[in-house]
Amino acid sequence: MSGRNLPPVYNKIAQHAVFPEMNHDERARYNFLANLNKHLAHVSQGNQVAYENRVAPKFKKEHGREIATTSELKEAISKDAHYQMWSSLRRSTMEMRQQAGRSIVLRQAEELRDKARALNAGKDSLILDDEVAVPPYLLACDNHIMPGSYHTELIEDDVTPAANYDTGLFVTTAGLLGRYSDGGGKAIVSWVKKTYPNFNPKRILDIGCGMGHNVLPIAKAFPDAEVIGIDTGAPMLRYAHARAMDLGVTNVKFMQMDAAKTAFEDESFDWVQSTMFFHETGGKSIYKIMDEVHRVLKPGGLTLHIEQPQYTDDMSLFEKFIRDWDALYNNEPYWSKMHVIEPMDLMEASGFKKEDFMQIGAKAENDLDDGSQKADEPEDHGRSPIWNVFGAIKN
Amino acid sequence: MKEKLDYIKLASNKPKGKRPYFHQDPAVERVLNITMAVAGELAVMRERMDSIERLLEKKGVVTREDIETFVPENKEQEEQRQTWHAEYIGRVLRIVQQEQEELENPDKDLEEIANDINEM
Repeated sequence: MSGRNLPPVYNKIAQHAVFPEMNHDERARYNFLANLNKHLAHVSQGNQVAYENRVAPKFKKEHGREIATTSELKEAISKDAHYQMWSSLRRSTMEMRQQAGRSIVLRQAEELRDKARALNAGKDSLILDDEVAVPPYLLACDNHIMPGSYHTELIEDDVTPAANYDTGLFVTTAGLLGRYSDGGGKAIVSWVKKTYPNFNPKRILDIGCGMGHNVLPIAKAFPDAEVIGIDTGAPMLRYAHARAMDLGVTNVKFMQMDAAKTAFEDESFDWVQSTMFFHETGGKSIYKIMDEVHRVLKPGGLTLHIEQPQYTDDMSLFEKFIRDWDALYNNEPYWSKMHVIEPMDLMEASGFKKEDFMQIGAKAENDLDDGSQKADEPEDHGRSPIWNVFGAIKN
Repeated sequence: MKEKLDYIKLASNKPKGKRPYFHQDPAVERVLNITMAVAGELAVMRERMDSIERLLEKKGVVTREDIETFVPENKEQEEQRQTWHAEYIGRVLRIVQQEQEELENPDKDLEEIANDINEM
């Protein structure tokens, strides 16, 4: 064996009835791209070397002082040949991943739509509402450089945005989220069960559920609970629902709603969850959404949010800078703004109490980890499934 | 019959949000992107050849001579081969298409969008 930390082969990914048909070369293309992502995660360590050995000394020589801000750092490092090459390769890899995914799903757009329709027909657990507008923060750019983002429909009842997302998450994370890309949802379930063994939620809300990959482990862990996933993207919800039906999870409803203004009654949920959602919202919406979380949560109810870490004073300028790379160059722009917000301040602004605030670390539970994923894997900032979880019990 | 999506063109669309260029000369970025796409397709081909070679070895049904002398045997095979080339070129020349789409429909850059979004 090579001794390298290799990503799992693509054919390990879990299949379900709405998962796109993929041929030999399409799987091979994703194998190449997962390896390329992995390669660039290792090469990204070179950015720090280039910064410390070349960029910072040059700046000091020219200015007679150290680099003081991330914008000075950005200006200085953007002239560095290693950083330039790494950045253009990383951007190119993400574009290739989108091209590869879209070429898979768009050639079978109608077949995928028909499969979803068949699974969704006659079910009252998929509730779409075309009055729900796509929030302006999702229209400003295409998140994750996915052309058309989560909402664009190229055919009637399109599901391709979700199908593309489903095929590619495994590639971007090099399989670290597991066969069903549900490592985040599984991690939160384990933490909740361990921390609150007597917690027996009757009603659970997942906001910004997307294709439902993180809400299904929650629904499975609490089979007697009524679980609701909301999102503004109809293609995501159609796919999420069909996927859940095929995977035999029947206690989850998918509803088209804006998390900033849901139709739910006050104090009607025992648990409100979000997973990697807030950094894809906007600077005013984030507060409105947290207000809504507080409003719909029952007294004594739990809310948890899996997010990227906020930036702290002891985080190096370089780390802050490189963490912003995906925000600006893989189109998740609000992430570059959100990290200055203290999660506790965000929650307090909506009425949660300081003493009820909690913050924990979480790592994806990966059913593909056969021990070949080495512990010394370098941190791929923004991609590694190591997160900050913040939340509160509402009192 | 309903018109099918032009999936080859659509697959290479540019995303909304101005594309960042990291090299001083955008030509470097352009050529690098084309080169990496070609590198990817070479890897795909290598994996396919690996599958074929392993299967041939296992089953022992096709000789080297059969492969060397093969040409398309009917219209369907001819079209399949040519479609593959069209798809291949769309994939490899993605960046040229996206730059044209940007010219036709210019975008704001992401820092400006981040500021916009911060007010949303």
